[in-house]
Order: sequence, then C-alpha cells, then structure tokens
Amino acid sequence: MSTATRASPAAFLLSRFVRGGAVPMLSLVLLALVAIFWLLLGERIFGVGALQSMAFQLPELGILSLAMMVTLLSGGLNLSIIATANLCALTMAWVLTTQVPGAHGFMSGGWQVIALLAGVAVAAVIGLINGFVIAYLGVSPILATLGTMTMCKGLSIGMTRGNVISGFPEPIVFLGNGTLAGVPVALLIFLALCVPMTVLLNKSPFGHKVYMIGSSEKATRYSGVDTKRVLLGVYVLSSLLAFVAALVMMARFNSANAAYGESYLLVTILAAVLGGVDPFGGFGKVGGLIMALILLQVISSAFNLLDFSPFLTLAIWGALIIAVTALGVVLENFGATRR
Amino acid sequence: MSLATSRSAFAPALLRFRRSHEFWLLAVILVLSLALSLATDSFLTLQNLFDLLTSNAFVGILASGLLVVLIAGGIDISFTATASVAQYVALTIGIRYGLGWFALFALAGAAGVLCGLINAIFITKLRISSIIVSIATLNIFYGLLIVVTGGKYITSLPKFFRDGISWFEHDDASGVPYALNLQILVLVLAFVAAWLLLNRTNVGRQIYAMGGNKDAAQRLGFHVLRLNILVYGYLGFVAGIASLVQAQLAQSVTPTVLVGKELDVLAAVVLGGASLTGGVGTVFGAILGVALLAILQNGLVLVGVSSYWNQWFVGLTILCAVSITAWSDRRRRAAKAIN
Repeated sequence: MSTATRASPAAFLLSRFVRGGAVPMLSLVLLALVAIFWLLLGERIFGVGALQSMAFQLPELGILSLAMMVTLLSGGLNLSIIATANLCALTMAWVLTTQVPGAHGFMSGGWQVIALLAGVAVAAVIGLINGFVIAYLGVSPILATLGTMTMCKGLSIGMTRGNVISGFPEPIVFLGNGTLAGVPVALLIFLALCVPMTVLLNKSPFGHKVYMIGSSEKATRYSGVDTKRVLLGVYVLSSLLAFVAALVMMARFNSANAAYGESYLLVTILAAVLGGVDPFGGFGKVGGLIMALILLQVISSAFNLLDFSPFLTLAIWGALIIAVTALGVVLENFGATRR
Repeated sequence: MSLATSRSAFAPALLRFRRSHEFWLLAVILVLSLALSLATDSFLTLQNLFDLLTSNAFVGILASGLLVVLIAGGIDISFTATASVAQYVALTIGIRYGLGWFALFALAGAAGVLCGLINAIFITKLRISSIIVSIATLNIFYGLLIVVTGGKYITSLPKFFRDGISWFEHDDASGVPYALNLQILVLVLAFVAAWLLLNRTNVGRQIYAMGGNKDAAQRLGFHVLRLNILVYGYLGFVAGIASLVQAQLAQSVTPTVLVGKELDVLAAVVLGGASLTGGVGTVFGAILGVALLAILQNGLVLVGVSSYWNQWFVGLTILCAVSITAWSDRRRRAAKAIN
C-alpha cells in the first residue's frame, strides 16, 4: 500500500477515487466534456433555452431507466418497459379521447382520473404477469419480458392498427409541456420519483432484499427471505414506473402510439450500467443513474447544437460506456500491479 | 440379429428424444401444420413452402449464428447492425469495382468478422457482460453507419445480383416455376455449417464446454479469448452473409431496415431450446424455433387474421413456450431431488 502511494500518488488517488463508485468517475467525465463543449460552443450550451430543453428531454429516459434499474438490481432485466408504457398510454388515450370530450365539469375531471387508474391497472397486470412467470415459474427474465414485450406491443398494434391516438385535455398536456417557476413539470415528476425510489431501495427492508437477491438469490432464499414475493414486487414496481413514463411521454407528444420510444429500450440499460448499476445485479444507486442521465443528455444537447446527426449521439453513447468500463479495468490493473 | 441390435441401440435414443425439448416443439409444429392444411387449401402447397423458406431465410441464417454464441454462454444483439454495415460495405465496394458473387460474399463476411472481433475483444478483455457490450456496439456500428452513409438507400444493384440464382428450375402442372434460389440455398448451408461446427469439430465441443462452465473450461486450458473470437466472429460472418441474402430479396440496401429485428431472432433461437446461460442448444432445435414462428405467422395470414395481430400471437407463443419449458424443468428437477 505504502509503496503504491510513494510510487505514484496521483495515479493511486485517481484509481481510489474512481473505484469509489460511479458518481465521482462520471463527474470527472462530465467535467471534461463540459469543458470541451464550452470551448466549442461558448455560452450557448448553458443558456436558459438549452438548459430548459435538456430538462424537458431528460425525464422520459430517466423514468424508463429507473424502471429498468430496479430489475437490474435484482439480477434481472425488463425488456417490456417500453411496450408496457405504450400500452398504458394507449389505454389512457382511449379513455381520454372517447369519454372526456362528451363529459362536462366535474365528470370531465372524473374521467381523467379514471383514465389514469386504467393505466395503472394495465401496468399492474403486466407487472404481475412478468413477476409471476419469472419468480414462480423460474423463466429467465430476458425471455419472459421478451415475451410480454412482444405481446404488449402486439396488443397495442392490434387494437389501434398502428394508428396514433391524439388530442388530450389541458391538465394532461400540462404534465408534459408545462413549467412551474420555469422548471418543466416532467422534470419535477422525475425528481419526485427519485426521492422515494432512493428511500425505498436504500432505506427500506424491501430495498435491502432486492440488493441481496441481486447478489445471490440462493443465499437470500436460504436466509429466510421470500424471494419470489420480492421479485414479484420488483417487476410490478418496474411496470408502475413504466406507467409514469407513459404519462409523461403521452403528455409531451399529446399523442400515443404502439411504437413510441422504442429506441429508448436498449439505451435505458446503457444509462443504468453507465450509472454504476451492475448488470449482474446487487449494486447500483439512483444517484449514479441520475449522473449518467445528465451526462448522456449533455452530450445529446451539445451535439444537437453542433448540428451533428442524432445517430452520432447514439454511437458516442455506446462508445462512452465501453470507454468508461475500459478506464475502470485499466486503472484497476494499474492499482493491482502497483500493490 | 442385426435388426434386433440396431433396434435396441435405437430405443434409448428414441426415448431420450421423446423427453427432449425438440420433440414437443416438433409435435406442436406438426399439429399446427395439420390444422392449417385442413383449414386452408393454400398452406400445404409447394408455392407456400417456397415462400416460407425464402421470406424467413434472413432470420433463419442469423439464428444459426446466434445459436453458436448462446451455446458458448454469451449473447450478442449487435448482429443486425453488423449485417447493415456488411451489406452497405460489400455492395458499395462491389458496385464501384464491378465485383462478382464470390467477392461480394467475401467482403460482407470480412466486414462481419471484423465487427464480431470487436465484440469478442471487448467482452473478453473488459469482463463486462456480453449483453452490455453488444448493446453498446449495436449503437456504435449502427450510429456510425447512418452518419457515414446519411441513411441513403442503394437501389441500383448489379444485374446478376438482382437476378439472383435459380438452380434446378422446373414448372409445376399449372406452369408456376420453382427453383432453388439464393435464400434457400444459403439457409440450408448456414444450418449445415452450424451443425458441423458444433457437432463434428473439436472446437464445437469446446464451445459447449465453455458455455456449460467457463471457469472449468479455462482451467482445462481452453483459450477463452480465442473461443470468443471464434464464436462472435462466426456470428459476424453469418450476419454478413445473411445481409446479402436479404439485400437480394429486398432488391435494395436500406441501412435502417435491419436494426430492430435482433430480438425476433433471439426469440426464435430460445424457442428452439437454447439456454441463455449457455451450454445448451441444438441446431435442430433452432430450426424448429424459426419454423414455429414462421408457420404461425404464415398461418395467421392464411386463416385471415389481420396481420396487425401477428405480434400478439408471437408474443403469446413465446411466453407460453418459455413458461411451459421452465415449469417442466422445475418439476423434473424436483422429481430427481426426491429420488
């Protein structure tokens, strides 16, 4: 240990700092990127307009990433989040467009509440199916959610014949496009989700069990935890988060469709893993995820301002996760040989 | 005498087959086919069989490659991006220099192997899960391809390529011509190659061993990096070949059309009994998996179900199949534990 500090204190400190978790590592990367973009773009990147557009775009991916993250922590995966969100959105959109226009005054508000409840119900059912098949039948999460993903998307396409349902009442649209004191409501919803999610995952018995299952399901089961029930809870929770994403997404576009946001699916996994979530389960914090999301959003917004293709953003996002992991491995090797 | 011995040797194999995943899959396919032949006149025709094989060749060829990766204990979903890259590279160069069949396939295969190599090196050296690496490389390959090409189509393909091949051409009673086309030829070759690789080579046994238990394989002296290069390179090669087959069928190159199909191929392979944890899976199973999904979708169209409902039935089939498999595995394991 002491030889390491003598040999190269800077590298040693750096490797310790990086191994401290995702947040310090990502802060470093973010700082470097901000510096580069500052040089390239000057004031524009942190103007009010740019910041606000970032704040409008981040919540959708953010909420979906939370939905993915809970299942990753338990050692699973949920490929059906986008399909769930779209099916929820279409259900709500159907209630909103068929019932609300005819209703007046109090009933108009009533139908909007009913629409939300219908969305929650759909999400809960999908979550229960996923959880049951994975926890009680023992199907691997990728396969089970691949099945429900295809089923949900199929149901959405079948019911709507691929069409868009659009035109929602004012209060719903406000959730996606409104601002409170200059802050987008969608961002407030996302932040309002992050706080209880942090508490639930890191301070509650349920959260501890989720992390334990992610580390070793067998050991957790033998220590007397009803792992099946916890896993069921994980997939229901993931589905309910997808419902919130559905709400924000349909409100922002003022429409719903079977195929919205499909390109987000794999990106949510990238965001979570970039944020320090172990894809094998058991490790990861909401804070790291938020850092990763900010990083991805800054890159995407800066590239947009630089007039780069959005596909280049996609490529850079992919390269970023490999670069960050590679950096971790290199520094770890460096630390190991020094010791 | 000889008949008796051959029968006694045959019986246990038959018994084993009856308990296997493939047997049940085959039974389902036969029942489905029988029902479709009775319900419609058009299902059991040579024409429909040719159409089925031709239109599912792309998925089938990819399935033969993905199977090898799954058996090796990995997963790769970047192969659709690999295919898009290979297609574009091969036909762009091919058109410019007026290349023939062999050179085109060599170029596409080489581009595919290169992409697979990148996957293999990242997966082995960075020690992160193959699904994360391949999600990242999917975005990198695809993003860069669209940036470089601007998403432009190639429609002016060389004449020999547009014509394809038609061997053993013959007309049926009503004068409809049939021929062995490029799609069917490559589809058959792909499955034969995968079967030979997995069952008739030393390296094939090593692939099964590595998928079954990577640590044990490593301690036995198997070179994990070399094996990973082989399996991911093989899938890349197969993806390159498949991309040309698809381009020939579509009569054009569209860089955006292939990405998004990766989960369909995965679904077909796992329906065929390949396990996501590695070490398990057969070529025959993969063929049946592809066939089941193909016949199901074909049958729905013939019976007159709107194609908008295709995905719903596919999803339902996947979910039921993986649930039943997991449930029966669980029961068998429980029975073994009691004995």
